[in-house]
Amino acid sequence: MDAALIPEGAKRCSFPKFTIGIAIVGAILLWGVFAMGLIWWKGLNQTNMNDYYGFAIWIWADLAVIAVGGGAFFTGLLRYIFKIDELKNIINFAVIIGFICYSSALLILAIDIGQPLRGWFIFWHANVHSMLTEVAFCLSAYFAVLTIEFIPNILENRQAQKVPFFHHLAHNMHGVMAVFAATGAFLSFFHQGSLGGVAGVMYGRPFAVREGLLIWPWTFFLFTWSAAAFGPCFTLLVTRITEAVTRKKLVKDNVVHLLAKISGWMIVTYIVAKIIDTIYWAMVTAPSLGFTLSHFYTNNSFYGYWILITEIVLCGVIPGAILIMKSTRENSKLRLIAIILGVIGVCLNRWVMVLQIMAVPVMSFDTWALYFPSWQEIATTILPIAYGIILIALAYRYLPVFPQEQELNPVEPATEVE
Amino acid sequence: MFPFCFEWVWDMAHAIFFGGFWYAISILGAGMTYCILKAAYDTMNDSGESHH
Amino acid sequence: MKQENNKAYKFGMVIDLDKCTGCGSCMVSCMSENNVPFKEDESKKKDSITWMRVYKLTNGKSFPDTEVVYMPRPCQHCGGKGDHGHSPCVSVCPAVATDYGYDTGIVSQIYTRCFGCRYCMGACPYHARYFNWWDPKWPEGMENYLSPNVSPRMRGVVEKCSFCYHRYQAARDQAYAQGNKDEIDEENYQTACTTACPSGAIVFGDLNNPAHAVHEIVKPDPHPDPRNKHVVGKSRNPKVFRLLERLGTNPKVYYLSEREWVRKAGDNYLDGEWDKIKNHHGATLSND
Repeated sequence: MDAALIPEGAKRCSFPKFTIGIAIVGAILLWGVFAMGLIWWKGLNQTNMNDYYGFAIWIWADLAVIAVGGGAFFTGLLRYIFKIDELKNIINFAVIIGFICYSSALLILAIDIGQPLRGWFIFWHANVHSMLTEVAFCLSAYFAVLTIEFIPNILENRQAQKVPFFHHLAHNMHGVMAVFAATGAFLSFFHQGSLGGVAGVMYGRPFAVREGLLIWPWTFFLFTWSAAAFGPCFTLLVTRITEAVTRKKLVKDNVVHLLAKISGWMIVTYIVAKIIDTIYWAMVTAPSLGFTLSHFYTNNSFYGYWILITEIVLCGVIPGAILIMKSTRENSKLRLIAIILGVIGVCLNRWVMVLQIMAVPVMSFDTWALYFPSWQEIATTILPIAYGIILIALAYRYLPVFPQEQELNPVEPATEVE
Repeated sequence: MFPFCFEWVWDMAHAIFFGGFWYAISILGAGMTYCILKAAYDTMNDSGESHH
Repeated sequence: MKQENNKAYKFGMVIDLDKCTGCGSCMVSCMSENNVPFKEDESKKKDSITWMRVYKLTNGKSFPDTEVVYMPRPCQHCGGKGDHGHSPCVSVCPAVATDYGYDTGIVSQIYTRCFGCRYCMGACPYHARYFNWWDPKWPEGMENYLSPNVSPRMRGVVEKCSFCYHRYQAARDQAYAQGNKDEIDEENYQTACTTACPSGAIVFGDLNNPAHAVHEIVKPDPHPDPRNKHVVGKSRNPKVFRLLERLGTNPKVYYLSEREWVRKAGDNYLDGEWDKIKNHHGATLSND
């Protein structure tokens, strides 16, 4: 039915099967949209947030998708600026994942603010000293970059290519893509960093506050570095999931190994910096404010030392070690474990830097505050996942996303399997 | 965001922040304008050949 | 007619915790004065709005040594690190919806500018900032009793204690009308909580003015604390302390107590640290 839109020489499942799949995920999406509507209509009282938890699961989801979406800018930087040519075979997909992550982040922010109709105040009445202002500007501008990077891939659709203007436009955009990628890397450096800065500058919160360089707390650099390190893990993980769902190899092993290796070294260097930062904070920064490390990890029913060890050792040191060693990196099972741990690790870091900050008591007579999201918050947090699945399914079906697909999966005549 | 917004101050912080922002936006705008104009020009003088 | 303000005030408060009985008059008067809405069920304190909140502290000892103190906590109107006006909340607000008044030392909240991102709430360690989770509602007929001097807030914005700023504006206008444009009389600008406190535990005034009672009690040290350069305005009165002073937030709300455990509860200390620094009161009288 939609055969004319499917890339030439590519096998795709039947249209009814595709439609059923989209409908199932679409139902989840609609559930999220319904919750979103409730929140916009009735207000944030639909959530379980309160005056202790002004930042909650959405802000975590926001930071997490931006961190894992960091694969787009970093892969783009490697491909277009450092000219690592093999990565051209995964860059389209990295861009699509980034596009999904960033559009989701913007949507979450639009739900999260108390007065959505005044959202533009953050631009118009900008306070340039606020880390959140920097986030808003760089995030929106970088989303524009991702859109620009995505457009040529959309224009490469079989039917779109027949339109001469689109054909030329895609070609011209490819020609200057390095300029866009460099701008994207510049913007990403600042918004990833300023997301870390959001926590690091809160000097009223000893769990969050960090010293730093000039106006930037160390968390600024740690967030940028971790997004560049773990973002490619997420790109590889989604690629692996897509390969499993389509039952096809889509990217050659040498490309995967290369990206995994770069990610591994980034993780190792990041985790060394993170360990130094944690030790300095625990031994110098927090004690200077009257706090011991145990204050942050005891006397409550959830946040124990386990979260620190899981984040840094289990989901940092271990995936880093697996990915830098050739033998373990090229073992597909171990590599999969490493990239899953890495993605969990960076998400856990963002959790700690949003929710644990809110939970820790600061005044000596204050108490720990724990929180569990309402169904509306859960539904709206799942919404981007459903949206992402649908967009990836559409892109995979109708666009030439993986340049190596046809080489790896030569079409045998008259087969109609997925 | 703009010098005519009343909280705008001509200081170093605004110069750096908005300098960087408008610089990035200008590059994106100029890049896209170039691509679109060139595509229109190419279409009019259509060579018809694929470059890929 | 243009009003000129040449004088820089630094309005602040000192609360005598030994006088406070925990009656809650300050909370009630504040809500009434400032048109603070309330919910049908106010028992869930984490999402109800109390610009002035009275905390109950104990010394943790069992009977008969148990002692209790009630600690009223308005917005602390922090001057920020070094007292330069970069309060924890003001410096983070992305839309300049909260501002530091260099002429008054008061941290303002511009409700129509706030878009409800709640970053300021996360940044405030005192939980002095409140979000309007619901549309403001009052029982039928009660709208007639709202103060015309204070704008009610809409759903989705943050609000907090303003040191009854409208009373400052009225006092300033009165002073100007009387041809005394540089001086507001102490008694002409007092917050609602101060005037409502039956035991006279709250004293309010200009911390810069030696004639004001608040200055006399607090004796703020204008020099940075030699032990922590971010701390300015530390009290030279050995019985006076501020909440979380070590963080460098530089609140303009001071507390007074004869009891050592109460003063210790104002901040966090490592083991043995309190005994070393408890007699340290500012740069000029460091060995009181």
